[in-house]
Amino acid sequence: MSNPLKLSLTRRYRFSASHRLHRANLSEEENLRLYGKCSNLHGHGHNYVLEVTITGPVDPATGMIANLGELDPFVEREVIEPFDYKYLNEEVPEFAANVPTTENVCREIYRRLKKFPAARIARVRIEETSKNTFEYDGDSNGVEGLRHEG
Amino acid sequence: MIKITRKIEFSAAHYYHNPNFSAEENRRIFGKCNNPHGHGHNYVLEVTVAGEPDPDTGMVLDLKELKDILQCEVADRMDHRHLNYEVPELAGQIPTCENIAAVIWRLIEPKITKGKLDRVRLYESPDLFADCTAERNGAGGSEVGGNR
Repeated sequence: MSNPLKLSLTRRYRFSASHRLHRANLSEEENLRLYGKCSNLHGHGHNYVLEVTITGPVDPATGMIANLGELDPFVEREVIEPFDYKYLNEEVPEFAANVPTTENVCREIYRRLKKFPAARIARVRIEETSKNTFEYDGDSNGVEGLRHEG
Repeated sequence: MIKITRKIEFSAAHYYHNPNFSAEENRRIFGKCNNPHGHGHNYVLEVTVAGEPDPDTGMVLDLKELKDILQCEVADRMDHRHLNYEVPELAGQIPTCENIAAVIWRLIEPKITKGKLDRVRLYESPDLFADCTAERNGAGGSEVGGNR
């Protein structure tokens, strides 16, 4: 018998949303210098790909860490429905005071998903574009959630 | 430490059914995966081996050798097979992505003589995959259930 194995399951979801990287406590010039074209007044959008990774014991009766019949509707309700085809800055309350960089979007999605009852959320990974990806595993030091910024 | 990864594809049929559940429970828990006629996937398997390159060859493990191991241990067993009926290593288990990944780990891990098996990643579809790794000491992860 070899060593115990660790299993995780990753599911990919998609949502499309717009955002603007802009901080109210900075001048327009500073915003432009910091965020470049991402600070464009009218916002812009992405086809985000969201990867959600769960870990936990594999139930011998089902062969599953968690049933996708539970995970899919949970992610749909907590993230896809409130984020898809939305302007993140104005339609997701957590981004009223926090810049919706994809780093912050990762942490907010992790915060929403970590209460999933059937398994542990090990990681949230977002492809903002095919070139830019971001991931968050909840921080091993226990710091979670968004920093509040100007 | 260098990690090298080899990918193979295989196509197989399966369905999910636990004989200890009633027909109604099977349908409720497994949904359309419970269809007794089965269904299939094009599985994509990524196997990662970690180690230091041999100074004489510059290789952790000759990828040709890894390719042959994957062909012999995985493709020859599972490609164009029905996982419920034709793969003895899965007998008594629901052939989920998690369980298949764990079986593949146990099949190939002893065959890897250079470097160390680092990860088995099995895609059931582009949007669903399982990762199998060795439990790190005290990492508090999950041990595989099932009969083995």
